[in-house]
Amino acid sequence: MLEFTVAGFLLLALIFYAVTGGADSGGGMWDLLASGPRAEKQRRAIAKAIGPIWEANHVWLILVVVVLFTAFPRAFAAIMTALYIPVTLMLIGVIFRGSAFIFRKYDSRAENVQNRWSTLFGAASFFTPFVQGVTLGALATGQIRVEHGTLTSGFLAGWLTPFAFLCGVFALGLCSFLAATYMTNDTREQQDVQNDFRLRALCSGAALGPIALAAFLVAKTGAPEIFAGLTQWWALPLIGLTICLALVALASLWWRKFSLARFAAIGTATLVLAGWSLAQFPYLIVPDVTIPNAAAPAITLRLLLIALIAGSAILLPSLYFLFYIFKGDEAAGSESREKV
Amino acid sequence: MGMSLGFHIIFAALGIGMPLLMVIAEGTYLRTRKPVYLELAKRWARGSAILFAVGAVSGTVLSFELGLLWPGFMEKAGAIIGMPFSLEGFAFFTEAIFLGVYLSGWNRLPPFLHWISGVLVVIGGVMSAVFVVTANAWMNAPTGFKIVDGKITDIDPIAAMLNQGSLHQVLHMVLAAFIATGFSVAAVHAFLLLRDNRIAFHRNALAIALLVGGISVPLQIWSGDLSARTVARIQPAKLAAMEATYRTQNGAPILIGGIPNDDARTADYAITIPRGLSILAMRDPGAKITGLEEFSRSDWPNVRLVHWSFDIMVASGFALLALSIAAGWLWWRRRGLPDRRWFLCSLVAAGPLGFIAIEAGWMVTELGRQPWIIYGVMRTQEAVTPMRGIAVPFALFTVVYLFLAFMVVYLLRREFMKTAEPGNARLPTHA
Repeated sequence: MLEFTVAGFLLLALIFYAVTGGADSGGGMWDLLASGPRAEKQRRAIAKAIGPIWEANHVWLILVVVVLFTAFPRAFAAIMTALYIPVTLMLIGVIFRGSAFIFRKYDSRAENVQNRWSTLFGAASFFTPFVQGVTLGALATGQIRVEHGTLTSGFLAGWLTPFAFLCGVFALGLCSFLAATYMTNDTREQQDVQNDFRLRALCSGAALGPIALAAFLVAKTGAPEIFAGLTQWWALPLIGLTICLALVALASLWWRKFSLARFAAIGTATLVLAGWSLAQFPYLIVPDVTIPNAAAPAITLRLLLIALIAGSAILLPSLYFLFYIFKGDEAAGSESREKV
Repeated sequence: MGMSLGFHIIFAALGIGMPLLMVIAEGTYLRTRKPVYLELAKRWARGSAILFAVGAVSGTVLSFELGLLWPGFMEKAGAIIGMPFSLEGFAFFTEAIFLGVYLSGWNRLPPFLHWISGVLVVIGGVMSAVFVVTANAWMNAPTGFKIVDGKITDIDPIAAMLNQGSLHQVLHMVLAAFIATGFSVAAVHAFLLLRDNRIAFHRNALAIALLVGGISVPLQIWSGDLSARTVARIQPAKLAAMEATYRTQNGAPILIGGIPNDDARTADYAITIPRGLSILAMRDPGAKITGLEEFSRSDWPNVRLVHWSFDIMVASGFALLALSIAAGWLWWRRRGLPDRRWFLCSLVAAGPLGFIAIEAGWMVTELGRQPWIIYGVMRTQEAVTPMRGIAVPFALFTVVYLFLAFMVVYLLRREFMKTAEPGNARLPTHA
């Protein structure tokens, strides 16, 4: 039971990473795609929105990794060996996304310098979630084989498949949708910029549907375990609920209920990841590595669980404080006062 | 991995030290209400922001590289030593959150709360270091598990965290971070004061940086002594390599420099302090010191590299100690910040010493443990990834890191140079 609880925490951290860090990547994408007469305003709004929080959001990724190797060391060793190449590529993306963003902020204001960093930041923001999607997708393909504790499938298995690539594309869509939806909330003071992001949120949200459908169909041969999971009896209401929430998000964007749209978008992302992990349950790497067979001894798991709970007791209020200061309604209010 | 770590350790050290300087500056401002301290806090905060961001990404790379390069190690050790890494995750979270609050919250928080969030950044940074170094110490002093028939059983993560190596390594690293930051920042401001020694901004900056560095150095010498004694007890082979002591002997000398020769089992051309090592390690001039000859040759680390690194670290430490003593004496005699040219020049020259000592010290502890990745339990060779051609990512990361280092230096230079612009308050001539 213990190992499943820790796995639950792992999933939770992954979801947090997707809806915060993933959205920051989405912000980078919209930075690169900024266009029209208000391109510069869009860029500035994005930088302002993610500036204070992106580093904290990024730590979720580190938490996912450390919990994974503490609680499921066998799975960690296998993943890092089998997916050596995509994980390395992802790290390169992580490095350039973070450093380009901060370098842009502190480097010269000259236009060509700023544009160079923006391009690097934006390109890395596309690249990173795509490779992350591919990496996660690869785990479900069933092509990564670990027999008698040794990896037998080489370094190219799993991630060079259509299913994994579709997962990458889906990650791109999800991140950009989340980011654009959040940005409609962050730009309440500038109606024209808000309209730009509303349009972007609607487009990227609408694109998610076909991508998800394609991934589902490809899964039939590309990731049979997922396909089998998603066609079980419990999956239908879950998928239905996910679709409903996505529609609620789109509808509230349409009717300019941006606050509601944000919650619905977060809910959609959460359900997608939860549904996925349920479909893959109990496998960490299909078909050889499961939550029980990769788990660390009970004493490690118990202590880790205590650490996770105690850590959350510090973490969650701090995070709330951070978001309250920079994202709360009061913050928006004080901002408008500052401007006046 | 070594390269990533060597790079990360510098940013991590600055990431621990810079927030401390920044918090002291803001605290001084809150007490004295002199705007120059506020300006200083803001400037150092911008520096911290750049360093922290790069430290964060290089730290991310490291947490993955543990698995990318040493899957065999992580598979065995993850369950035992993952604990401090998980705790480090939370400490790092605290640091990141409150740095965000600090950097962007100047106008959104009451001054005292703002300062408190700075203090939390420092605590988060120090705790991160504590946990990560704990994990490293375990590799030197593995405890908290048993090996039965080649399988690891009876895991006790708490015992692993409280291993014998933790305390001294943690102390040594945290102090090293304060020293390296203090003296490198002091060097920058000393350099700018050489151009014009009346700029109040740089004088105050120098005072704070020098204080942090100077107080930490004597403590560090003490903690270094503690380290030496601990290593003598738990890793005699490492101590022997540090001192190039090949033969087991009573009343062993300290050898400084020289060229260790593995075949002849001597260190040629070394300066000798008779009985020094026995006194240092055992507090007894006649104590027996285990030499490398007690160990099979295949269990030897690279004696030359370890010995030289150790000497470089100690030499840097004592150079900084001399400088700290000089600073304290001048300060006391003149009742004011020492600003003689020769003193400022030597501060500039000493700027990199803290980092040189960190890198050398890290070489000592890592290379001194070889050929083991977990001392006495697992050889590095058994832990390495089966991936072929890791030279490619190695070269790639090297280029990326060089680029990052270059950018960071360039941007920090920009930040500090800005303060040299006119408009800065100057003290009246002859302060």
